Amino acid sequence: MLKRVHFPASLLPYLLVAPQVIITLIFFIWPASQAVYQSFLIEDAFGFSTEFVWFENFEYLLQDDHYRDSFGRTIFFSAAVAFLSMSFALILAGFADRVIRGSTTYRTLLIWPYAVAPVLAGALFLFMFNPTIGIFPYLLEMVGYDWNHYLNGRQAMFLVIIAAAWKQVAYNFLFYLAAMQSIPRSIIEAAAIDGAGPIRRFATIIFPLISPTTFFLLVINAVYAFFETFGIIHAVTQGGPANSTTTLVYKVYNDGFIGLDLGGSAAQSVILMFMVIVMTVIQFRFIEKRVQY
Amino acid sequence: MVENRPLLSILAHIVLLLGVAIVALPVWITFVGASHEAERMLQTPIPMLPGDQFFVNLRQTLWGSGLEGTNTAPVWMMLMNSMVMALMIAIGKIAISLLSAFAIVYFKFPFRMGFFWMIFITLMLPVEVRILPTFEVIADLGMLNSYWGLTVPLIASATATFMFRQVFLTIPDEMLESARIDGAGPMRFFWDIVIPLSRTNIAALFVILFIYGWNQYLWPLLITTDTDMMTIVVSIKQMLEAAEQSPQWNIIMMTALLAMIPPIFVVIAMQKLFVQGLTETDK
Repeated sequence: MLKRVHFPASLLPYLLVAPQVIITLIFFIWPASQAVYQSFLIEDAFGFSTEFVWFENFEYLLQDDHYRDSFGRTIFFSAAVAFLSMSFALILAGFADRVIRGSTTYRTLLIWPYAVAPVLAGALFLFMFNPTIGIFPYLLEMVGYDWNHYLNGRQAMFLVIIAAAWKQVAYNFLFYLAAMQSIPRSIIEAAAIDGAGPIRRFATIIFPLISPTTFFLLVINAVYAFFETFGIIHAVTQGGPANSTTTLVYKVYNDGFIGLDLGGSAAQSVILMFMVIVMTVIQFRFIEKRVQY
Repeated sequence: MVENRPLLSILAHIVLLLGVAIVALPVWITFVGASHEAERMLQTPIPMLPGDQFFVNLRQTLWGSGLEGTNTAPVWMMLMNSMVMALMIAIGKIAISLLSAFAIVYFKFPFRMGFFWMIFITLMLPVEVRILPTFEVIADLGMLNSYWGLTVPLIASATATFMFRQVFLTIPDEMLESARIDGAGPMRFFWDIVIPLSRTNIAALFVILFIYGWNQYLWPLLITTDTDMMTIVVSIKQMLEAAEQSPQWNIIMMTALLAMIPPIFVVIAMQKLFVQGLTETDK
């Protein structure tokens, strides 16, 4: 942690950490503590009076069907995004690992969506699935399927899931390919000599050996789907129709800035903070495992 | 490969090419959309091959007043705002993380671990979960609609500090010993030895942070109400809303394309640094 040889204490180290610590205090610690404080308050509709109510906001939230629905929806959304983008990336990485020449070229061709902002990914998919001019609704109509995600909640959910998964494929592919390429060739060769075909080798050797990466990516994808997909949802569905795509983060924003329910929004923030802390702890534990491996 | 199975290799290439095509499809459709006239984009089926209006649309998007019927700033101005924001976030994060990691690794001083844990906490509090109170802080400080309000709250970074800490810990102790024998003070050591030794790490992190900064959405959306301060990523949403009334998909898609190109260019041009940065920051 500290160097064996180091500089003696003076004013200098304090000056060096000062910018980081001041920004952390003003923009992180203070707002977070404000959120905790506000979550114990109820403000009347006109902002004239506030009342300290202990855990009433939380009790209200946990009994609120909208909130509970949005909780379940967020978990479904995250699981779907993680499963879709990870399995797609796993298949591609499995084949790219096999290709002798050109796997770097494929990597280049597959990693750039990482750089696309979530809201832009949303805009792209919105354009493709626009009910009046989009190409996919046009094709779907030819086979007799009616697409309108402005009215159909399931279709809206599907749309935000594939937009979010599309953007995340790049990241998953990169980590899966790196994990597969780090498996010693001798193990795979030994299995081949014993007569295991490519599919068997993948199922019994490659996939178990990259399981630490799978766990790691599961956590990363869950964090991504929870917190970084706001832009996609805001651009594509704005939480609608009828709240069918309102995730937890979108609800914090919506209740706080549109609904101006400060106490409720703050209580939701506190719950989310708690969840981030849990996810971070899990992430660190898995990463420790990964390092051992 | 282990065994020679030409059919399987061909299958691998086919699957990979299909994968690339699926991943690239949305951007291809965007590019096609940006190269036709507005009227053509209202007739179904929309074209699948590029038209000849690309440069006309490009000029109109970049230098025109943006979309008709919206009050967005001209796109060149928003590109500039995005660039300033991305650079300020990337450089700011790297600068303050370098300094604090240096202090934590190379100095022994009271509350050292306290500061370390305080920085660690920022890792756990993404903007998304503390939007409202942070917004209030910025409003109270009068930092709405300014580059400072856009960037400073995002500058504190636990990940970057951790990464630099790891890098500094790999610098051999003999470096410091010999520097001290030669009479170098802490800051001299920092500039002449620590910074040059972590140059590739700084570059790798810069690539990641530039993309992070460029793609910020929720924060600029709240902080900028002035059209002059709007970033290009945020403007897309405004344009999509306007598209309900006056659909000018060619302009919208061109703007989306312009918003994507800088970060994608960075990823592809600096692929090696990008991969290094991505794997390092997640350790």
